[in-house]
Amino acid sequence: MARVEEAGDRDENKEEETSWWSPEAVEGGRGGEGPSGGSRGGGGGGGDGDGGRPDTQPQPPPPPPYSDQVLENVLENVLQFLVCRRDRNAASLVCRSWYRSEAQTRRELFVGNCYAVSPARALRRFCGARALVLKGRPRFADFNLFPLGWGARFSPWISAMASASPWLERVCLKRMTVSDADLAFLARSFPSFCDLTLICCDGFGTPGLAVIAELCRNLRVLDLIENDVEDEDEEVVDWISRFPETTTSLESLSFECVNCPVNFSALEALVARSPSLRRLRVNQNVSLGQLRRLMVRAPHLTHLGTGSFRSGIDEDLNATDLEQAFLASKSLICLSGFREVAPEYLLAVLPVCANLVSLNLSYAVITAEQLKPVMLECHNLRTFWVLDTVGDEGLRTVAKACKNLHELRVFPFEATEDSEGSVSDAGLVAISNGCRKLRSILFFCQRMTNAAVVTMSKNCPDLVVFRLCIMGRHRPDHVTGESMDEGFGAIVMNCKKLTRLAVSGLLTDKVFEYIATYGKLVRTLSVAFAGNTDLSLKYVLEGCHRLQKLEIRDSPFGDAGLLSGIHHYYNMRFLWMSSCKLSLNGCKEVAQRMPNLVVEVIGDRPKDLDSDTVEKLYLYRSLEGPRDDAPPFVSIL
Amino acid sequence: MEDDHESMGDACPQLLNLIPNEKVREKRIGGLDAAEEKKLELTLGLPGGVGEEEEPSVLSSCIFSKVSKTSSRRVVLGSEQQEAGLFQLQSRGGYGTEWPHKTTWNCEIFDEQQSLEKEKALGDTENEAGSNTSFQTRASAGVAVVGWPPIRAFRKNLASSSVKQSVELQNGNIDEKVKVASCKKGLLIKINMDGIPIGRKVDLNACGSYKKLSFAVEYLFLDLLRAQKETSTNDLRMDEEAKQAFKSLLDGSGEYTLVYEDNEGDRMLVGDVPWDMFVSSVKRLRVLKSSDLSSLHDWEARKEQQLSVEYGGEGLAN
Repeated sequence: MARVEEAGDRDENKEEETSWWSPEAVEGGRGGEGPSGGSRGGGGGGGDGDGGRPDTQPQPPPPPPYSDQVLENVLENVLQFLVCRRDRNAASLVCRSWYRSEAQTRRELFVGNCYAVSPARALRRFCGARALVLKGRPRFADFNLFPLGWGARFSPWISAMASASPWLERVCLKRMTVSDADLAFLARSFPSFCDLTLICCDGFGTPGLAVIAELCRNLRVLDLIENDVEDEDEEVVDWISRFPETTTSLESLSFECVNCPVNFSALEALVARSPSLRRLRVNQNVSLGQLRRLMVRAPHLTHLGTGSFRSGIDEDLNATDLEQAFLASKSLICLSGFREVAPEYLLAVLPVCANLVSLNLSYAVITAEQLKPVMLECHNLRTFWVLDTVGDEGLRTVAKACKNLHELRVFPFEATEDSEGSVSDAGLVAISNGCRKLRSILFFCQRMTNAAVVTMSKNCPDLVVFRLCIMGRHRPDHVTGESMDEGFGAIVMNCKKLTRLAVSGLLTDKVFEYIATYGKLVRTLSVAFAGNTDLSLKYVLEGCHRLQKLEIRDSPFGDAGLLSGIHHYYNMRFLWMSSCKLSLNGCKEVAQRMPNLVVEVIGDRPKDLDSDTVEKLYLYRSLEGPRDDAPPFVSIL
Repeated sequence: MEDDHESMGDACPQLLNLIPNEKVREKRIGGLDAAEEKKLELTLGLPGGVGEEEEPSVLSSCIFSKVSKTSSRRVVLGSEQQEAGLFQLQSRGGYGTEWPHKTTWNCEIFDEQQSLEKEKALGDTENEAGSNTSFQTRASAGVAVVGWPPIRAFRKNLASSSVKQSVELQNGNIDEKVKVASCKKGLLIKINMDGIPIGRKVDLNACGSYKKLSFAVEYLFLDLLRAQKETSTNDLRMDEEAKQAFKSLLDGSGEYTLVYEDNEGDRMLVGDVPWDMFVSSVKRLRVLKSSDLSSLHDWEARKEQQLSVEYGGEGLAN
């Protein structure tokens, strides 16, 4: 039985569930002793340990109450220490008793694809859930490949949660559509609610934030990360002033993506009355002078997002004063922001560099020379994000200074295919030589060589994530003129812990053969403008047994390739294929042969769905069958 | 570099021959004379020389609707022009979440471009084409593809927004880059229509003019509007009604009017300012019912009032 990663249960479990919930079992149960207490429909007490198929007898004999009660009590008390969801999934498969205990003690409900299971079903099983972690659209939605209005709405989840239990404390959503109404409903329905994290979501604006601020009296975390915050009717609300006047319990406040003017005096007052605040990330409308004042109010910050890092108009900021503020912030371990960095102030961060574990300069347009003095102090850096304006020279400095670097991301200043590109294979080699403990890398460049990638594969065997984006499509090794097959091949061969891979440049079927042969642990694979024939897709789907997420665009793979994955699609979270060579018939065949798979064909307009060629295909396993909220330009086969 | 072409040939079997015979030379649009032809000539040079070219903007509106979708195509400039090198026109594979690849009205653009390219191709051979080494980087300056490179929207705008910054650099490289990058490719703007719950995104750079924008709006919303108007059983009549809605979007006389929000937050009628000025200041678009327009002025007044109440006269940051 393949391991199920999400909260969705298999069909046979469902059968067992219902057959054991006989009235006697419920009465004879522990009567409210369970950890969640209260009245719930699911407290079956008649446990047994055999884990077999359900009996065919209509009434199971009442089991001896005492010993089994003890067993279940003990079990629940032990299981609540299991936090990792994969461990919990494994525990739930042991037997029905463990299944039930685990279900009742699971506090965090993680659903990797919000359409894989319905809110009602998930909450019926995990009635004690206090935290909801949901993911909606797949990553390619960030690049405008999903039309607006495709789906992944939070509304059905929050309504179901309100009916299931009022004890919700935490919500974390990624790539979902959350409306202001949803936020208001959330704020009103859950008195213990204290933690909201929204990542890459859309659909809400400042009015929604205002309600959260005002009504969630116990709010500890409000993290808004890279969301598309838009205000309908362009009516911006001053949500910062809506926080209660009393001392707040805020620990983390991040609003970099809320790109509207900020009422600074309200913000300063809020920071002043939030003694627990440790993480503050402001938007770029906060000037450097204002930032300094905030830092003075909150000297115990551990994470700081600086906003613009430039002094405001008419603001006369002394660089020494700023440096003093950083000197006083002895707990800072994570710095980000730097949206419009004025290089003359950059050195003010020097006092905190030695303690920094994470530094995000990916919006800072600076040169290698400007980076150097800062970088050389950052000995303890684990995570570093930077813009390619620092060039290969800057990367050499990073390699020299940050021996313990685990994660590096190099973003392009100019994200086009024909830009000059300041980083190249030389920079990659330098990094690999200096940062031997590297685990994760995302690297955008214009020029790359196989040799450099091979070198990295040998110098950094601990790599878990390798994402190389050569921005020019089909671009070969710029020295040898060959395809990039060998480079990526070396990565999968030498980096034995690799779970995430993104390929680019000129690639033939060969690279996919390598990935299939050596990339046995790969869970996420991103492919764009690569491969020659269906063989590529076939290799991957047949060889990568752990593959969970496969996103492909603009590659010449057709129905034959698609059909070769039929044995594996139930083990995957999703498959995305756009601008490939799929036909409607091929997709229909997959849909027909796999009833628990939802096969969506997405068009630009409803008309396009009648065509024989499929421009965009998104398929995923689901316990619920076709969703009922699909817009007119989505056809579910 | 010729080897590269060969190896890539395996990956891209489609060859598009735009110059079937010599007679093409006679067919010119609008009677381009030698001087103009020279201006339009295609040179294969390093990306640095992009600035003065008007050619990228022409190529960028190319839509190969008739050709099947392979991820890249090569254009062969006739047998005698092979030495001039090959230039590669990248595909519109993923491009056009909001852009038609099949509708008929685009074909006229395609034909127009096709002839223009022929002009260029011929012009090319007359002047020694530059080195072939950068043919890939050079030619792909033309057509943008949606979602590539895979960077989220707020990172993509980095180059253009940093025009505001006064970055002092040793060799001033970045300033140059900023100038080049500020001809934003693929400018996607959100557009909503009254009565239709789902918003769309439209690429203004691909439109190039108000007229095309108007067509694009119709393209985006026609089906959705039709679905909403499902009142009459007569399909034809429904079609007509729906189509009628999109007539006269720009002059205020039709059923709907196109308005936009600029970078200062003001709502304006689309069509008043020159296209380029419009593109540089537009933030969002809206298709309003013309009957709601008169309340536009009242709305503006209300907004002013509201903002002053919200912020209590203390002023916003900065």
